[in-house]
Amino acid sequence: MIRDITIGQYYPADSILHRLDPRVKLSGTLIYIVCLFLVKNLWGYLIAALCLGAIIRLSKVPFGFIVRGLKTIIILLLFTVAFNLFLTSGTPIFEWKFIRITKEGVSLAFSMAVRLILLILGSSLMTFTTTPNQLTDGMESLLGPLKKLHVPVHEIAMMMSIALRFIPILLEETDKIMKAQQARGADFETGGIIKRAKAMVPILVPLFISAFRRAGDLAMAMEARCYRGGEGRTKMKPLKYHKPDGIAWVAIVCFIALTVVSRRF
Amino acid sequence: MAIILDKLDYVYSPGTAYEKHALKNINLVINDGEFIGIIGHTGSGKSTLIQHMNGLVKATGGTVYYNGADIYDEDYKLKDLRTKVGLVFQYPEHQLFETTVLKDVQFGPKNLGLPPLEVDLRAYDALKQVGIGDDLIDASPFELSGGQKRRVAIAGVLAMKPEVLILDEPTAGLDPKGRDEILDQIAKIHKEQKITVILVSHSMEDVAKYVDRIIVMNHGEAVYDGAPKEVFAHYKELEQIGLAAPQVTYAMHALRDAGIPVTTDATTVEEARDAILAWYREEKK
Ligand SMILES: Nc1ncnc2c1ncn2[C@@H]1O[C@H](COP(=O)(O)OP(=O)(O)O)[C@@H](O)[C@H]1O
Ligand SMILES: [Mg+2]
Repeated sequence: MIRDITIGQYYPADSILHRLDPRVKLSGTLIYIVCLFLVKNLWGYLIAALCLGAIIRLSKVPFGFIVRGLKTIIILLLFTVAFNLFLTSGTPIFEWKFIRITKEGVSLAFSMAVRLILLILGSSLMTFTTTPNQLTDGMESLLGPLKKLHVPVHEIAMMMSIALRFIPILLEETDKIMKAQQARGADFETGGIIKRAKAMVPILVPLFISAFRRAGDLAMAMEARCYRGGEGRTKMKPLKYHKPDGIAWVAIVCFIALTVVSRRF
Repeated sequence: MAIILDKLDYVYSPGTAYEKHALKNINLVINDGEFIGIIGHTGSGKSTLIQHMNGLVKATGGTVYYNGADIYDEDYKLKDLRTKVGLVFQYPEHQLFETTVLKDVQFGPKNLGLPPLEVDLRAYDALKQVGIGDDLIDASPFELSGGQKRRVAIAGVLAMKPEVLILDEPTAGLDPKGRDEILDQIAKIHKEQKITVILVSHSMEDVAKYVDRIIVMNHGEAVYDGAPKEVFAHYKELEQIGLAAPQVTYAMHALRDAGIPVTTDATTVEEARDAILAWYREEKK
Protein backbone atom coordinates (compact mmCIF):
# COMPACT_ATOMS: atom_id res chain seq x y z
CA MET A 1 0.00 0.00 0.00
CA ILE A 2 0.88 3.63 -0.31
CA ARG A 3 1.60 3.76 3.42
CA ASP A 4 4.67 1.63 2.88
CA ILE A 5 6.52 4.73 1.79
CA THR A 6 8.44 5.39 4.96
CA ILE A 7 11.18 7.70 3.74
CA GLY A 8 11.11 11.01 5.55
CA GLN A 9 8.87 9.80 8.33
CA TYR A 10 9.54 10.04 12.02
CA TYR A 11 9.37 6.89 14.12
CA PRO A 12 8.73 7.67 17.77
CA ALA A 13 10.83 5.64 20.20
CA ASP A 14 12.89 6.29 23.29
CA SER A 15 16.49 5.67 22.32
CA ILE A 16 19.92 7.29 22.62
CA LEU A 17 19.74 8.06 18.94
CA HIS A 18 16.44 9.88 19.27
CA ARG A 19 17.86 12.05 22.04
CA LEU A 20 21.05 12.91 20.16
CA ASP A 21 21.56 16.48 19.05
CA PRO A 22 20.21 16.87 15.50
CA ARG A 23 23.42 18.61 14.42
CA VAL A 24 25.40 15.48 15.28
CA LYS A 25 22.95 13.29 13.40
CA LEU A 26 22.94 15.55 10.36
CA SER A 27 26.71 15.86 10.13
CA GLY A 28 27.09 12.18 10.97
CA THR A 29 24.78 11.18 8.12
CA LEU A 30 26.58 13.47 5.72
CA ILE A 31 29.96 12.05 6.74
CA TYR A 32 28.57 8.53 6.45
CA ILE A 33 27.40 9.23 2.89
CA VAL A 34 30.75 10.72 1.89
CA CYS A 35 32.52 7.72 3.40
CA LEU A 36 30.32 5.37 1.39
CA PHE A 37 31.72 6.95 -1.73
CA LEU A 38 35.28 6.70 -0.46
CA VAL A 39 34.94 2.97 0.07
CA LYS A 40 37.05 0.96 -2.35
CA ASN A 41 36.65 -2.66 -1.37
CA LEU A 42 34.58 -5.23 0.48
CA TRP A 43 36.18 -4.35 3.81
CA GLY A 44 34.91 -0.81 3.59
CA TYR A 45 31.35 -1.94 2.90
CA LEU A 46 31.57 -4.41 5.73
CA ILE A 47 32.61 -1.68 8.14
CA ALA A 48 29.84 0.63 6.95
CA ALA A 49 27.23 -2.12 7.14
CA LEU A 50 28.32 -3.20 10.62
CA CYS A 51 28.30 0.38 11.91
CA LEU A 52 24.88 0.97 10.39
CA GLY A 53 23.61 -2.27 11.91
CA ALA A 54 24.86 -1.24 15.34
CA ILE A 55 23.22 2.18 15.02
CA ILE A 56 19.94 0.62 13.89
CA ARG A 57 20.04 -1.57 16.99
CA LEU A 58 20.65 1.49 19.16
CA SER A 59 17.80 3.40 17.49
CA LYS A 60 15.13 0.88 18.59
CA VAL A 61 13.42 1.32 15.23
CA PRO A 62 12.33 -2.16 14.04
CA PHE A 63 14.54 -3.42 11.25
CA GLY A 64 11.51 -4.47 9.19
CA PHE A 65 10.16 -0.95 9.30
CA ILE A 66 13.43 0.49 7.96
CA VAL A 67 13.72 -2.10 5.24
CA ARG A 68 10.22 -1.34 4.07
CA GLY A 69 11.54 2.05 2.93
CA LEU A 70 13.67 0.20 0.38
CA LYS A 71 10.58 -0.99 -1.45
CA THR A 72 10.10 2.44 -2.95
CA ILE A 73 13.54 2.45 -4.57
CA ILE A 74 13.48 -1.13 -5.78
CA ILE A 75 12.98 -0.07 -9.43
CA LEU A 76 15.87 2.35 -9.23
CA LEU A 77 17.94 -0.37 -7.62
CA LEU A 78 17.13 -2.90 -10.34
CA PHE A 79 17.96 -0.41 -13.08
CA THR A 80 21.28 0.47 -11.50
CA VAL A 81 22.21 -3.17 -11.15
CA ALA A 82 21.11 -4.04 -14.70
CA PHE A 83 22.91 -1.13 -16.31
CA ASN A 84 26.15 -1.81 -14.52
CA LEU A 85 25.89 -5.55 -15.03
CA PHE A 86 25.27 -5.54 -18.77
CA LEU A 87 26.91 -2.37 -20.01
CA THR A 88 30.31 -2.45 -18.34
CA SER A 89 33.15 -3.49 -20.62
CA GLY A 90 36.05 -5.67 -19.45
CA THR A 91 36.88 -9.32 -19.19
CA PRO A 92 33.76 -11.35 -20.04
CA ILE A 93 32.80 -14.17 -17.69
CA PHE A 94 29.48 -15.04 -19.30
CA GLU A 95 28.31 -14.68 -22.88
CA TRP A 96 25.03 -15.67 -24.52
CA LYS A 97 23.86 -14.15 -27.80
CA PHE A 98 23.99 -10.38 -27.20
CA ILE A 99 24.15 -10.62 -23.42
CA ARG A 100 27.62 -10.20 -21.99
CA ILE A 101 28.52 -10.01 -18.36
CA THR A 102 31.98 -8.92 -17.38
CA LYS A 103 33.93 -9.33 -14.20
CA GLU A 104 34.13 -5.58 -13.80
CA GLY A 105 30.39 -5.34 -14.40
CA VAL A 106 29.60 -7.75 -11.61
CA SER A 107 31.77 -5.98 -9.09
CA LEU A 108 30.48 -2.55 -10.15
CA ALA A 109 26.84 -3.65 -10.01
CA PHE A 110 27.44 -5.17 -6.61
CA SER A 111 29.12 -2.13 -5.16
CA MET A 112 26.53 0.25 -6.60
CA ALA A 113 23.67 -1.77 -5.17
CA VAL A 114 25.26 -2.05 -1.74
CA ARG A 115 26.13 1.63 -1.77
CA LEU A 116 22.56 2.62 -2.69
CA ILE A 117 21.01 0.38 -0.07
CA LEU A 118 23.35 1.58 2.67
CA LEU A 119 22.75 5.16 1.61
CA ILE A 120 18.98 4.93 1.75
CA LEU A 121 18.98 2.98 4.99
CA GLY A 122 21.37 5.43 6.64
CA SER A 123 19.61 8.57 5.60
CA SER A 124 16.13 7.22 6.37
CA LEU A 125 17.39 6.21 9.80
CA MET A 126 18.18 9.86 10.42
CA THR A 127 14.64 10.98 9.61
CA PHE A 128 13.20 8.09 11.62
CA THR A 129 14.99 9.27 14.73
CA THR A 130 14.73 13.02 14.28
CA THR A 131 11.50 15.00 14.28
CA PRO A 132 11.11 17.43 11.39
CA ASN A 133 11.38 20.28 13.87
CA GLN A 134 14.70 19.09 15.24
CA LEU A 135 15.95 18.40 11.75
CA THR A 136 15.35 21.94 10.60
CA ASP A 137 16.72 23.40 13.83
CA GLY A 138 19.86 21.40 13.28
CA MET A 139 20.13 22.40 9.66
CA GLU A 140 19.56 26.03 10.40
CA SER A 141 22.23 25.97 13.02
CA LEU A 142 24.74 24.10 10.84
CA LEU A 143 24.16 26.37 7.86
CA GLY A 144 24.16 29.44 10.11
CA PRO A 145 27.49 30.78 8.85
CA LEU A 146 26.00 31.09 5.36
CA LYS A 147 23.71 33.84 6.65
CA LYS A 148 26.69 36.15 6.37
CA LEU A 149 26.58 35.53 2.63
CA HIS A 150 22.89 36.51 2.61
CA VAL A 151 21.70 32.96 2.06
CA PRO A 152 18.13 32.76 3.48
CA VAL A 153 19.03 29.86 5.75
CA HIS A 154 16.02 30.13 8.02
CA GLU A 155 13.60 30.24 5.12
CA ILE A 156 15.18 27.23 3.44
CA ALA A 157 15.05 25.30 6.70
CA MET A 158 11.42 26.26 7.23
CA MET A 159 10.50 25.17 3.71
CA MET A 160 12.21 21.85 4.27
CA SER A 161 10.43 21.24 7.53
CA ILE A 162 7.05 22.03 6.02
CA ALA A 163 7.74 19.74 3.09
CA LEU A 164 8.73 16.93 5.45
CA ARG A 165 5.69 17.53 7.60
CA PHE A 166 3.45 17.32 4.55
CA ILE A 167 4.71 13.98 3.28
CA PRO A 168 2.71 11.78 5.68
CA ILE A 169 -0.31 14.06 5.44
CA LEU A 170 -0.40 13.85 1.67
CA LEU A 171 0.16 10.10 1.74
CA GLU A 172 -2.79 9.70 4.04
CA GLU A 173 -4.84 11.95 1.80
CA THR A 174 -3.86 9.92 -1.27
CA ASP A 175 -4.92 6.76 0.51
CA LYS A 176 -8.29 8.28 1.35
CA ILE A 177 -8.94 9.62 -2.14
CA MET A 178 -7.93 6.33 -3.72
CA LYS A 179 -10.40 4.49 -1.51
CA ALA A 180 -13.13 7.01 -2.25
CA GLN A 181 -12.67 6.62 -6.01
CA GLN A 182 -12.46 2.86 -5.68
CA ALA A 183 -15.82 3.02 -3.94
CA ARG A 184 -17.07 4.64 -7.14
CA GLY A 185 -15.81 1.71 -9.17
CA ALA A 186 -12.44 3.18 -10.18
CA ASP A 187 -9.87 0.57 -11.09
CA PHE A 188 -6.17 1.28 -10.56
CA GLU A 189 -4.86 -2.21 -10.85
CA THR A 190 -5.68 -3.50 -14.31
CA GLY A 191 -5.18 -2.24 -17.85
CA GLY A 192 -2.31 -0.98 -19.96
CA ILE A 193 -0.05 1.92 -19.17
CA ILE A 194 -2.33 4.51 -20.80
CA LYS A 195 -5.39 3.29 -18.98
CA ARG A 196 -3.50 3.34 -15.71
CA ALA A 197 -2.18 6.83 -16.33
CA LYS A 198 -5.71 8.00 -17.05
CA ALA A 199 -6.91 6.32 -13.88
CA MET A 200 -4.57 8.63 -11.96
CA VAL A 201 -6.55 11.76 -12.89
CA PRO A 202 -9.33 11.17 -10.34
CA ILE A 203 -6.64 10.89 -7.68
CA LEU A 204 -4.31 13.68 -8.72
CA VAL A 205 -6.89 16.43 -9.20
CA PRO A 206 -8.39 16.13 -5.70
CA LEU A 207 -4.90 15.67 -4.26
CA PHE A 208 -3.60 18.90 -5.79
CA ILE A 209 -6.67 20.79 -4.72
CA SER A 210 -6.30 19.56 -1.18
CA ALA A 211 -2.57 20.31 -1.14
CA PHE A 212 -3.24 23.90 -2.20
CA ARG A 213 -6.01 24.23 0.33
CA ARG A 214 -3.74 22.96 3.09
CA ALA A 215 -0.91 25.20 2.01
CA GLY A 216 -3.25 28.20 2.05
CA ASP A 217 -4.55 27.29 5.49
CA LEU A 218 -1.04 26.86 6.82
CA ALA A 219 0.13 30.20 5.43
CA MET A 220 -2.88 31.86 7.00
CA ALA A 221 -2.27 30.20 10.36
CA MET A 222 1.39 31.25 10.30
CA GLU A 223 0.52 34.82 9.48
CA ALA A 224 -2.13 34.88 12.17
CA ARG A 225 0.68 34.11 14.59
CA CYS A 226 2.80 36.92 13.15
CA TYR A 227 5.37 34.75 11.44
CA ARG A 228 7.67 36.95 9.39
CA GLY A 229 10.77 34.97 8.65
CA GLY A 230 13.98 34.36 10.54
CA GLU A 231 14.99 37.95 11.32
CA GLY A 232 15.34 38.34 15.09
CA ARG A 233 13.57 35.05 15.80
CA THR A 234 14.69 33.22 18.92
CA LYS A 235 14.19 29.60 19.89
CA MET A 236 12.18 28.23 22.76
CA LYS A 237 14.54 25.28 22.99
CA PRO A 238 17.98 26.33 21.72
CA LEU A 239 20.19 23.43 20.70
CA LYS A 240 22.81 22.43 23.27
CA TYR A 241 25.48 19.75 23.12
CA HIS A 242 25.44 17.12 25.87
CA LYS A 243 27.79 14.33 26.84
CA PRO A 244 26.33 11.65 24.50
CA ASP A 245 26.84 14.07 21.62
CA GLY A 246 30.57 14.18 22.38
CA ILE A 247 30.70 10.39 22.45
CA ALA A 248 28.85 10.29 19.14
CA TRP A 249 31.42 12.63 17.61
CA VAL A 250 34.23 10.34 18.78
CA ALA A 251 32.39 7.40 17.16
CA ILE A 252 32.03 9.34 13.92
CA VAL A 253 35.75 10.15 13.85
CA CYS A 254 36.53 6.48 14.48
CA PHE A 255 34.30 5.55 11.57
CA ILE A 256 36.11 7.97 9.26
CA ALA A 257 39.46 6.55 10.36
CA LEU A 258 38.30 2.96 9.79
CA THR A 259 37.01 3.80 6.33
CA VAL A 260 40.25 5.50 5.35
CA VAL A 261 42.29 2.59 6.69
CA SER A 262 40.12 0.08 4.81
CA ARG A 263 41.18 1.67 1.52
CA ARG A 264 44.71 0.37 2.06
CA PHE A 265 43.76 -3.32 2.02
CA MET B 1 -29.72 -11.34 4.98
CA ALA B 2 -27.50 -8.84 3.27
CA ILE B 3 -24.28 -8.21 5.16
CA ILE B 4 -22.90 -10.39 7.92
CA LEU B 5 -19.80 -9.39 9.82
CA ASP B 6 -18.36 -12.44 11.52
CA LYS B 7 -15.82 -11.96 14.35
CA LEU B 8 -14.31 -9.02 12.54
CA ASP B 9 -10.96 -7.78 13.78
CA TYR B 10 -8.80 -5.06 12.34
CA VAL B 11 -5.37 -3.78 13.30
CA TYR B 12 -3.79 -0.77 11.56
CA SER B 13 -0.04 -1.01 10.80
CA PRO B 14 0.55 -4.17 12.82
CA GLY B 15 4.03 -4.55 14.25
CA THR B 16 4.95 -0.86 14.26
CA ALA B 17 4.82 2.00 16.73
CA TYR B 18 1.62 3.12 15.01
CA GLU B 19 -0.15 -0.17 15.64
CA LYS B 20 -3.82 0.38 16.44
CA HIS B 21 -6.41 -2.22 17.21
CA ALA B 22 -9.31 -0.43 15.53
CA LEU B 23 -11.96 -3.17 15.50
CA LYS B 24 -12.39 -5.89 18.08
CA ASN B 25 -14.54 -8.95 17.46
CA ILE B 26 -17.45 -7.28 15.68
CA ASN B 27 -20.44 -9.54 15.01
CA LEU B 28 -23.30 -7.89 13.16
CA VAL B 29 -26.07 -8.80 10.78
CA ILE B 30 -27.34 -6.04 8.52
CA ASN B 31 -30.68 -7.02 7.01
CA ASP B 32 -32.10 -5.90 3.69
CA GLY B 33 -34.02 -2.64 3.79
CA GLU B 34 -32.91 -1.58 7.26
CA PHE B 35 -32.11 2.03 8.15
CA ILE B 36 -29.25 1.84 10.59
CA GLY B 37 -27.33 4.48 12.51
CA ILE B 38 -23.77 3.79 13.62
CA ILE B 39 -22.75 6.05 16.47
CA GLY B 40 -19.55 6.52 18.39
CA HIS B 41 -17.18 9.30 19.29
CA THR B 42 -14.22 10.20 17.08
CA GLY B 43 -11.74 7.35 16.81
CA SER B 44 -14.16 4.65 17.94
CA GLY B 45 -13.77 2.77 14.66
CA LYS B 46 -16.89 3.75 12.73
CA SER B 47 -15.12 4.60 9.49
CA THR B 48 -12.93 1.54 9.71
CA LEU B 49 -15.99 -0.64 10.25
CA ILE B 50 -17.90 0.59 7.22
CA GLN B 51 -14.87 0.30 4.95
CA HIS B 52 -14.99 -3.43 5.65
CA MET B 53 -18.53 -3.63 4.38
CA ASN B 54 -17.54 -2.95 0.78
CA GLY B 55 -14.16 -4.65 0.89
CA LEU B 56 -11.97 -1.53 0.78
CA VAL B 57 -10.16 -2.75 3.85
CA LYS B 58 -9.36 -6.39 4.45
CA ALA B 59 -9.96 -7.57 7.98
CA THR B 60 -6.99 -8.93 9.92
CA GLY B 61 -9.35 -11.44 11.50
CA GLY B 62 -12.84 -12.77 10.84
CA THR B 63 -14.76 -12.35 7.64
CA VAL B 64 -17.58 -10.54 5.84
CA TYR B 65 -20.44 -12.21 3.97
CA TYR B 66 -22.46 -10.38 1.38
CA ASN B 67 -25.65 -12.19 0.41
CA GLY B 68 -24.17 -15.38 1.70
CA ALA B 69 -20.87 -15.21 -0.15
CA ASP B 70 -17.56 -14.74 1.68
CA ILE B 71 -16.06 -11.56 0.18
CA TYR B 72 -12.52 -12.70 1.01
CA ASP B 73 -12.85 -15.76 -1.21
CA GLU B 74 -10.25 -15.80 -3.92
CA ASP B 75 -12.64 -15.59 -6.84
CA TYR B 76 -15.01 -13.11 -5.24
CA LYS B 77 -15.23 -9.95 -7.36
CA LEU B 78 -14.60 -7.09 -4.95
CA LYS B 79 -15.22 -4.55 -7.68
CA ASP B 80 -18.80 -5.77 -8.03
CA LEU B 81 -19.26 -5.62 -4.29
CA ARG B 82 -18.16 -1.99 -4.27
CA THR B 83 -20.87 -1.09 -6.73
CA LYS B 84 -23.53 -2.93 -4.74
CA VAL B 85 -22.47 -1.45 -1.43
CA GLY B 86 -22.16 2.27 -2.16
CA LEU B 87 -19.92 4.07 0.31
CA VAL B 88 -19.97 7.85 0.66
CA PHE B 89 -16.84 8.90 2.52
CA GLN B 90 -16.59 11.64 5.08
CA TYR B 91 -16.17 15.01 3.35
CA PRO B 92 -16.98 13.37 0.00
CA GLU B 93 -16.71 16.75 -1.73
CA HIS B 94 -12.93 16.37 -1.49
CA GLN B 95 -13.04 13.63 -4.11
CA LEU B 96 -14.70 15.67 -6.88
CA PHE B 97 -12.39 16.05 -9.85
CA GLU B 98 -14.30 16.50 -13.09
CA THR B 99 -14.92 19.73 -14.99
CA THR B 100 -18.69 19.64 -14.60
CA VAL B 101 -21.12 18.36 -12.03
CA LEU B 102 -22.72 16.00 -14.52
CA LYS B 103 -19.42 14.46 -15.60
CA ASP B 104 -18.43 13.88 -12.02
CA VAL B 105 -21.63 12.02 -11.26
CA GLN B 106 -21.19 9.98 -14.45
CA PHE B 107 -17.82 8.70 -13.23
CA GLY B 108 -19.32 5.84 -11.21
CA PRO B 109 -21.78 4.50 -13.79
CA LYS B 110 -19.10 4.81 -16.49
CA ASN B 111 -16.80 2.64 -14.42
CA LEU B 112 -19.55 0.03 -14.39
CA GLY B 113 -19.28 -0.11 -18.18
CA LEU B 114 -22.89 0.90 -18.78
CA PRO B 115 -24.06 2.22 -22.19
CA PRO B 116 -23.89 6.05 -22.50
CA LEU B 117 -27.65 6.48 -22.43
CA GLU B 118 -27.97 4.57 -19.19
CA VAL B 119 -25.03 6.54 -17.73
CA ASP B 120 -26.81 9.81 -18.54
CA LEU B 121 -30.12 8.62 -17.18
CA ARG B 122 -28.63 7.49 -13.91
CA ALA B 123 -26.64 10.68 -13.48
CA TYR B 124 -29.66 12.92 -14.04
CA ASP B 125 -31.75 10.74 -11.80
CA ALA B 126 -29.20 10.75 -8.98
CA LEU B 127 -28.78 14.52 -9.15
CA LYS B 128 -32.53 14.93 -8.94
CA GLN B 129 -32.70 12.67 -5.91
CA VAL B 130 -30.26 14.84 -3.98
CA GLY B 131 -32.01 18.01 -5.09
CA ILE B 132 -29.41 19.46 -7.47
CA GLY B 133 -31.33 21.40 -10.11
CA ASP B 134 -30.74 21.49 -13.88
CA ASP B 135 -29.15 24.92 -13.61
CA LEU B 136 -26.14 23.48 -11.77
CA ILE B 137 -25.55 20.44 -13.95
CA ASP B 138 -22.98 22.08 -16.19
CA ALA B 139 -21.34 24.14 -13.47
CA SER B 140 -17.86 23.27 -12.26
CA PRO B 141 -18.15 21.31 -9.03
CA PHE B 142 -15.63 23.67 -7.49
CA GLU B 143 -17.94 26.67 -7.87
CA LEU B 144 -20.67 25.17 -5.70
CA SER B 145 -21.32 25.80 -2.03
CA GLY B 146 -20.19 23.26 0.55
CA GLY B 147 -23.62 21.70 0.93
CA GLN B 148 -24.14 21.50 -2.83
CA LYS B 149 -20.73 19.91 -3.36
CA ARG B 150 -21.56 17.29 -0.80
CA ARG B 151 -24.85 16.48 -2.47
CA VAL B 152 -23.13 16.14 -5.83
CA ALA B 153 -20.68 13.72 -4.26
CA ILE B 154 -23.52 11.70 -2.76
CA ALA B 155 -25.20 11.64 -6.18
CA GLY B 156 -21.95 10.22 -7.55
CA VAL B 157 -22.47 7.13 -5.41
CA LEU B 158 -26.24 6.97 -5.87
CA ALA B 159 -25.78 6.90 -9.62
CA MET B 160 -24.32 3.44 -9.29
CA LYS B 161 -27.67 2.26 -7.91
CA PRO B 162 -26.25 0.51 -4.86
CA GLU B 163 -28.28 -2.04 -2.91
CA VAL B 164 -26.77 -0.75 0.30
CA LEU B 165 -25.94 2.91 0.82
CA ILE B 166 -23.45 3.79 3.54
CA LEU B 167 -22.76 7.41 4.44
CA ASP B 168 -19.87 8.40 6.71
CA GLU B 169 -20.86 11.47 8.71
CA PRO B 170 -22.74 13.06 5.81
CA THR B 171 -23.62 16.11 7.88
CA ALA B 172 -20.16 16.94 9.25
CA GLY B 173 -19.41 20.63 8.88
CA LEU B 174 -22.81 21.61 7.50
CA ASP B 175 -25.10 24.26 8.94
CA PRO B 176 -28.35 23.06 10.58
CA LYS B 177 -30.38 23.72 7.46
CA GLY B 178 -28.00 21.87 5.16
CA ARG B 179 -27.86 19.05 7.68
CA ASP B 180 -31.64 18.63 7.82
CA GLU B 181 -31.92 18.80 4.03
CA ILE B 182 -29.38 16.06 3.50
CA LEU B 183 -30.82 13.81 6.18
CA ASP B 184 -34.36 14.30 4.84
CA GLN B 185 -33.17 13.41 1.35
CA ILE B 186 -31.44 10.30 2.63
CA ALA B 187 -34.58 9.25 4.49
CA LYS B 188 -36.59 9.80 1.33
CA ILE B 189 -34.20 7.71 -0.74
CA HIS B 190 -34.47 4.92 1.83
CA LYS B 191 -38.24 5.02 1.72
CA GLU B 192 -38.67 5.27 -2.04
CA GLN B 193 -35.96 2.92 -3.23
CA LYS B 194 -36.25 0.46 -0.34
CA ILE B 195 -32.49 0.11 -0.14
CA THR B 196 -30.53 -0.54 3.03
CA VAL B 197 -29.11 2.69 4.43
CA ILE B 198 -26.36 2.94 7.04
CA LEU B 199 -25.78 6.36 8.49
CA VAL B 200 -22.60 7.02 10.46
CA SER B 201 -22.74 9.90 12.86
CA HIS B 202 -21.53 11.11 16.20
CA SER B 203 -24.74 12.98 16.87
CA MET B 204 -27.53 11.03 18.53
CA GLU B 205 -30.00 13.74 17.74
CA ASP B 206 -29.42 13.38 13.99
CA VAL B 207 -29.77 9.68 14.01
CA ALA B 208 -32.61 9.17 16.48
CA LYS B 209 -35.07 10.95 14.26
CA TYR B 210 -34.51 8.76 11.22
CA VAL B 211 -33.17 5.30 11.87
CA ASP B 212 -34.85 2.07 13.07
CA ARG B 213 -31.75 0.61 14.60
CA ILE B 214 -28.67 2.03 16.31
CA ILE B 215 -25.27 0.44 16.69
CA VAL B 216 -23.02 2.13 19.24
CA MET B 217 -19.26 1.84 18.77
CA ASN B 218 -16.76 2.40 21.55
CA HIS B 219 -13.01 1.72 21.36
CA GLY B 220 -13.48 -0.61 18.40
CA GLU B 221 -16.29 -2.62 19.94
CA ALA B 222 -19.98 -2.63 19.15
CA VAL B 223 -21.33 -2.04 22.65
CA TYR B 224 -25.05 -1.54 21.96
CA ASP B 225 -27.21 -2.65 19.09
CA GLY B 226 -30.96 -2.22 18.99
CA ALA B 227 -33.93 0.05 18.37
CA PRO B 228 -33.32 3.68 19.39
CA LYS B 229 -35.56 3.29 22.42
CA GLU B 230 -33.60 0.30 23.69
CA VAL B 231 -30.27 1.97 23.14
CA PHE B 232 -31.25 5.27 24.73
CA ALA B 233 -32.51 3.45 27.80
CA HIS B 234 -28.78 3.16 28.54
CA TYR B 235 -28.39 6.91 28.50
CA LYS B 236 -26.27 6.91 31.67
CA GLU B 237 -23.80 4.41 30.20
CA LEU B 238 -23.79 6.29 26.90
CA GLU B 239 -22.69 9.39 28.75
CA GLN B 240 -19.77 7.52 30.22
CA ILE B 241 -18.46 6.70 26.75
CA GLY B 242 -18.75 10.31 25.69
CA LEU B 243 -22.09 10.18 23.92
CA ALA B 244 -25.36 11.80 24.85
CA ALA B 245 -28.88 10.54 24.31
CA PRO B 246 -31.24 12.98 22.59
CA GLN B 247 -32.30 15.88 24.80
CA VAL B 248 -35.88 14.62 25.01
CA THR B 249 -34.64 11.49 26.75
CA TYR B 250 -33.21 13.66 29.51
CA ALA B 251 -36.34 15.80 29.63
CA MET B 252 -38.60 12.75 30.01
CA HIS B 253 -36.43 11.26 32.74
CA ALA B 254 -36.41 14.59 34.53
CA LEU B 255 -40.20 14.72 34.37
CA ARG B 256 -40.42 11.25 35.78
CA ASP B 257 -38.01 12.09 38.57
CA ALA B 258 -40.23 15.08 39.34
CA GLY B 259 -43.08 12.68 39.98
CA ILE B 260 -44.88 12.84 36.66
CA PRO B 261 -45.43 9.27 35.44
CA VAL B 262 -44.70 9.72 31.74
CA THR B 263 -43.13 6.98 29.66
CA THR B 264 -39.42 7.66 29.18
CA ASP B 265 -38.72 5.93 25.90
CA ALA B 266 -39.48 8.88 23.59
CA THR B 267 -36.63 9.57 21.19
CA THR B 268 -37.99 12.49 19.19
CA VAL B 269 -39.73 15.70 20.15
CA GLU B 270 -42.97 14.44 18.56
CA GLU B 271 -43.00 11.25 20.61
CA ALA B 272 -42.27 13.23 23.75
CA ARG B 273 -45.17 15.52 23.02
CA ASP B 274 -47.50 12.55 22.53
CA ALA B 275 -46.32 10.95 25.75
CA ILE B 276 -46.85 14.14 27.75
CA LEU B 277 -50.28 14.72 26.18
CA ALA B 278 -51.25 11.14 26.94
CA TRP B 279 -50.34 11.64 30.59
CA TYR B 280 -52.16 15.00 30.64
CA ARG B 281 -55.40 13.54 29.28
CA GLU B 282 -55.20 10.71 31.78
CA GLU B 283 -54.71 13.27 34.57
CA LYS B 284 -57.71 15.39 33.53
CA LYS B 285 -60.10 12.48 33.63
N1 LIG C 1 -5.12 4.85 8.12
C1 LIG C 1 -4.94 4.67 9.43
N2 LIG C 1 -3.75 4.26 9.92
C2 LIG C 1 -3.58 4.05 11.25
N3 LIG C 1 -4.53 4.22 12.16
C3 LIG C 1 -5.73 4.63 11.74
C4 LIG C 1 -6.00 4.88 10.36
N4 LIG C 1 -7.30 5.27 10.23
C5 LIG C 1 -7.80 5.27 11.48
N5 LIG C 1 -6.88 4.89 12.38
C6 LIG C 1 -7.09 4.75 13.84
O1 LIG C 1 -8.08 3.77 14.05
C7 LIG C 1 -9.00 4.19 15.03
C8 LIG C 1 -10.41 4.20 14.47
O2 LIG C 1 -10.50 5.20 13.49
P1 LIG C 1 -11.80 5.50 12.65
O3 LIG C 1 -12.37 4.23 12.15
O4 LIG C 1 -11.46 6.53 11.64
O5 LIG C 1 -12.78 6.12 13.75
P2 LIG C 1 -14.07 7.02 13.58
O6 LIG C 1 -14.50 6.99 12.16
O7 LIG C 1 -15.06 6.41 14.52
O8 LIG C 1 -13.69 8.39 14.04
C9 LIG C 1 -8.55 5.57 15.49
O9 LIG C 1 -7.86 5.42 16.71
C10 LIG C 1 -7.63 6.03 14.42
O10 LIG C 1 -6.61 6.82 14.94
MG1 LIG D 1 -14.69 8.57 10.81
